[in-house]
Amino acid sequence: MSEVKKRAEAAREKPAKFGPDVKLEEYTLEAPEYKPKPLDEIDEVDRDRLLNAGVDVTGAERSGSFIQVDRSVIHAAPTQEGIEVQSTRSALEMYPWLEEYLWKVVQVDADKYTASAELNFQDGYFIRALPGVKSVFPVQACLYLKAASISQNVHNIVIAEEGSELHIITGCATDSPELSGLHIGVSEFYVKKNAKITFSMIHNWAENIEVRPRSGMRIGEGGVFLNNYVCLHPVKSLQLFPSAYLEGKDAVARFNSVLFAPPGSHMDVGSRAILSAPGNRCEMIARAITTGGEIISRGLLVGEVAGVKAHLECRGMILKGGGRIYAVPELDGKVEGVDMSHEAAVGKIARAEVEYLMARGLSEEEAVATIVRGFMHVDIEGLPPVLKDQIDSAVGLSEKSLM
Amino acid sequence: MLEVENLSVMIGDKMLLKDVSLHIEEGETRMLFGENGSGKTSLLMAIMGLGDYKVTSGRIMFKDEDITNLPTNERAQRGIGIMFQRPPTITGLKVREMLEIIEKNGEDIEELARSLNFDEFLNRDLNAGFSGGEIKRAELLQLMAQDPDLVLLDEPESGVDLVNIDLIGNAIRKLLQKDVHKNRHKSGLIITHSGYILDYVEADKGCVLVNETIWCTGNPHEILQGIRDRGYEGCLSCQK
Repeated sequence: MSEVKKRAEAAREKPAKFGPDVKLEEYTLEAPEYKPKPLDEIDEVDRDRLLNAGVDVTGAERSGSFIQVDRSVIHAAPTQEGIEVQSTRSALEMYPWLEEYLWKVVQVDADKYTASAELNFQDGYFIRALPGVKSVFPVQACLYLKAASISQNVHNIVIAEEGSELHIITGCATDSPELSGLHIGVSEFYVKKNAKITFSMIHNWAENIEVRPRSGMRIGEGGVFLNNYVCLHPVKSLQLFPSAYLEGKDAVARFNSVLFAPPGSHMDVGSRAILSAPGNRCEMIARAITTGGEIISRGLLVGEVAGVKAHLECRGMILKGGGRIYAVPELDGKVEGVDMSHEAAVGKIARAEVEYLMARGLSEEEAVATIVRGFMHVDIEGLPPVLKDQIDSAVGLSEKSLM
Repeated sequence: MLEVENLSVMIGDKMLLKDVSLHIEEGETRMLFGENGSGKTSLLMAIMGLGDYKVTSGRIMFKDEDITNLPTNERAQRGIGIMFQRPPTITGLKVREMLEIIEKNGEDIEELARSLNFDEFLNRDLNAGFSGGEIKRAELLQLMAQDPDLVLLDEPESGVDLVNIDLIGNAIRKLLQKDVHKNRHKSGLIITHSGYILDYVEADKGCVLVNETIWCTGNPHEILQGIRDRGYEGCLSCQK
């Protein structure tokens, strides 16, 4: 048994540091197998639900597409030269060196979910930009749950080689709003010297889905990693806390998250950045709204050398009784000469703002919706228009419960 | 256009306006003078239906309709617009988006913004970090997009430097159709402390609020001169 497997076995029962414990035995690894097919012939997925997660099954204006339903990769292909998109399994067969990228920024024995991703490996995506290549359009990746009570365990690897640029939109969705299931997704990102990855993850889960993404990113000299996370739909339990390791001089990371928790949703979402080289910069911005669900918004900045600069901002709005927002901003400065700050605020919609907009002719409901939309507006580079519409519609749907 | 009849207004248990009556004709511009705390802003807020102002007696008629109990947005939709002195910041709402929401005459937003030298602010969050003069321009820009029939302006010249006062004065003149000399439809009620705005916007009448009520109405220049000469105490003795 390999060392990795041994460590995974040892962590099989290890609970995670954050989030409610998920009973893995309640889910099944069994699911029908689907054959790979061209993008325009895919009929296993609900296209509208995918579109709402930012994935366009026509593949229009995409530099490549990856779609995995339960445990089957049904499509994986790039459409731009110099961009690679394939399943992790096939990439591991093609590139023996890829072993060196497995379980290097995420520890296999971090908790029982990482262990499960190793022990119950069901593929995932491998996306890579060759040196100097810049993706013209985003690469889209979709992880989709279809079978009842499925436990999906994927391991993704993303590499932006030196001087390259990758823009990835990952949409996660379920086949129906009633489906129950578990998604475990390990993602390891490597941003090489002067490379850039923009990674937008849009979750469009359902009320009975539990979600445990486990991500880490290593950012080299002059590298940039931009992470956008959007979750506007109900989810039973979601916990993620990716770690960014800024190792090269002048490396930059930015995390934006937009969370909307209706009643019944539990979200424990945050990110951690370790700034360990001069000139490192990091910014974390979270916008959280609850209309009855619970949101724990975390952020941890660790400054290990002088000359790093980082800021963390969390703003939350509670729009209906019963909801909860717990903001946990943390700064850990380990040497003299770090410049780190945070601000957090949790509140309600200011009456003066509503009246201001009403004086311009907007009804009270329109004014509230406009304020909420503005509040949730985070400048997301390359955000597909459909997603902007989604944010608007999520606000619109819950308009009645906003005040 | 506007008929305020014997209006009394309270906030909590504090009387802010007492038996105020005011009549503004269609096409008329009225200056409103009064010392700090006399109730000028409260009158504008009450006409617009803002805040926790409670009308305890009297009524507000606009275009022959009783609007005393109408919500603020319906007053705006009927043609009343207000310039806020200290507007709130609306995070994430760009100036451009706001103008697109309220614009109703198909006006070119870029063009409008350029006329107030404000085009560089179109992609900024509304009122976020704006200086005094920028707030005035943002407020006027919104009013120009809204194109109300009755404009309520609360100290439009305060906090504005000499370079921008010209710009703002011209915008107010445009809002109030000052270049139309026959059948002018736009009316205005303008609060001023310094009277400086009178150098840019001609007013038909002026009135003074003293002790929570309208004390006198007359020629705005004469009233302003009287206040400059004798202060508001002079207003009280004037009618004795």
